[in-house]
Amino acid sequence: MADTSTPSSLTSKLRPVDLGGAVVGLRFLGPLAAFVLGEGEVVLVGEEESRVRAHNGAVLSVAGDDKRILTGGDDGRVVATVADGTTQALFEQKGRWIDQVAAGPDGAIAFSAGKTAHFQPIKGDAKSLDLPSTVGGLAFAPKGTRLAVAHYGGVSLWFPNAVAKPERLEWKGSHRGVMWSPDMRFVVTTMQEAALHGWRLSDGGHMRMTGYPSRVTSMAFTTGGKFLATSGSSEAILWPFASKEGPMGKQPSMLAPRDVRVSAVAAHPRDEVIACGYEDGLVLMVRISDGAEILMRAPGGGAVSALAWRGDGGALAIGTEGGAGGLVAF
Amino acid sequence: MPDVASTKIPVTVLTGYLGAGKTTLLNRILSEPHGKKYAVVVNEFGEIGIDNDLVVGADEEVFEMNNGCICCTVRGDLIRIIDGLLRRKNDFDGIIIETTGLADPAPVAQTFFVDETVGAKTSLDAVVTVADAKWLKDRLKDAPEAKSQIAFADVILLNKTDLVTETELKDVEMRIRAINPFARIHRTQRSEIAIDKVLGQGAFDLDRIQAIDPDFLEGGHRHFHDEDMRSYSFSSDKPLDPDTFFPWIQNLTQTEGPNILRSKGILAFKDDPERFVFQGVHMILDGDHQRPWRADEPKLSRIVFIGRQLDAAALEKGFLGCVA
Repeated sequence: MADTSTPSSLTSKLRPVDLGGAVVGLRFLGPLAAFVLGEGEVVLVGEEESRVRAHNGAVLSVAGDDKRILTGGDDGRVVATVADGTTQALFEQKGRWIDQVAAGPDGAIAFSAGKTAHFQPIKGDAKSLDLPSTVGGLAFAPKGTRLAVAHYGGVSLWFPNAVAKPERLEWKGSHRGVMWSPDMRFVVTTMQEAALHGWRLSDGGHMRMTGYPSRVTSMAFTTGGKFLATSGSSEAILWPFASKEGPMGKQPSMLAPRDVRVSAVAAHPRDEVIACGYEDGLVLMVRISDGAEILMRAPGGGAVSALAWRGDGGALAIGTEGGAGGLVAF
Repeated sequence: MPDVASTKIPVTVLTGYLGAGKTTLLNRILSEPHGKKYAVVVNEFGEIGIDNDLVVGADEEVFEMNNGCICCTVRGDLIRIIDGLLRRKNDFDGIIIETTGLADPAPVAQTFFVDETVGAKTSLDAVVTVADAKWLKDRLKDAPEAKSQIAFADVILLNKTDLVTETELKDVEMRIRAINPFARIHRTQRSEIAIDKVLGQGAFDLDRIQAIDPDFLEGGHRHFHDEDMRSYSFSSDKPLDPDTFFPWIQNLTQTEGPNILRSKGILAFKDDPERFVFQGVHMILDGDHQRPWRADEPKLSRIVFIGRQLDAAALEKGFLGCVA
């Protein structure tokens, strides 16, 4: 297939940031981009740059909301970092790794160490849940206090404030990342195999999303939950979730094909647009309706490991495995 | 691409039946002044006497891959642990994974071939097995795990040699050879050994498959009545036909994979100036052209299987059927 056209480019607007370490997570805290480095630092980039140490060791997972970034580390701590650079340890268990963290409504947090998932609200009692195997992923439902906990053999849906036993969604295999659809009708996991698995919660219907050449490590629902955009292939794969039955029996859309694999995706908060980062460091902005591409970042600096849109959609932050960062404001 | 391979973090898997001297060896590796730092994945905290912030507890979570490969089990906890360790990869030179005395080494080894991220950033260096010179023979009779650990090993420390006579030692070495002809055996006491004989072995590195030493193979032809686990080797000085060989070996490992623990081969294909080398763990095969055959080197194809209850006659017939 011939490369039809050179995409239009916004690379002149890219402000490069030298981070000096692999980026493992990225979020905007209001106008500031917070780059989380694998080796324990958070770099806050606005008009100026500041750097804080959140962990004495590696960061294993990153979550957050628009006010704080949450990190779980191999130092056994869950740390919240806010825009002014203040860090606060919300939990600490020496000698354990905090494998997963999740940010919930009303400032509640969840995290896991090995086979135990923890829930810690602002007010009220902390709760914990023991799972049959190590927690691979944690996600709060978009509304209410309910957690999806991914593990070997499926997902447990846990109401930490209820007495009832968690509901178990079963599917053989190792489930690593987990995500709710914005309308809470579906739960989707990334698997150890090169596949996604989903459940329709109304009837427990299974959705197998396969065909990837490599493991999916990044996924995001587009605005309104119309599509689930994913990495793992040499183009962005978008599964249609708009209809009641989800993507079952439908083909995914494939956008922005290249000869290297997509390593990270991020959905624009308002428009039907995604940012798509590749293993060579290149980043494209892609319009879903017609596949139009705009080049945001040229190759270099290693694989794109994290992407985030500012809450108003007016800026995109980019982080790579090689420690290169970038900010594009429109 | 050797330059890429050399930047991967080497991983050593340390196995051995209960009480053989594994932890002693681990403590030695960690305490000797070699100037290197190792991240260690252990099963139980507290056994290691060394203060090291890179000691991680494993959960021994073995699971099956849904990839149609019936014996393809991997260690899910290791995938996660190695993923985590790689985030501070500047802090250490290698990873050592200690398995429990009752563990089958296969899922550990297979993890390094099945998971893409782990495989891209680390390389399995060797499976090192510590065996108790006095008790190994008994364990080979009553503990299938002990047998698997010997069969799987690239390096075997025959430990506690001070507790047995030279005759007994020779006898146990012969038993080991019958199961595993290509492991390097070192006689030790209190797990005392130079570290360069344990680490940096490159046992899974295709570039380092030099020869499948015929002297070692002699043991393979011996037969012990109590050994269902043993090695089988076949050779041919006639070139092989790759169009026959590859379907044969693929089919063989698909059907007999659960019974084949390790396999290795150096092959001469028809009209091919280069040596083809491969090695395998159960159903997972890894092979490539290695280098041109040297003029002074006989173009001998040799293949070795270590496994249990294999049909030697069928294997030989299959292999010789690949002659071009």
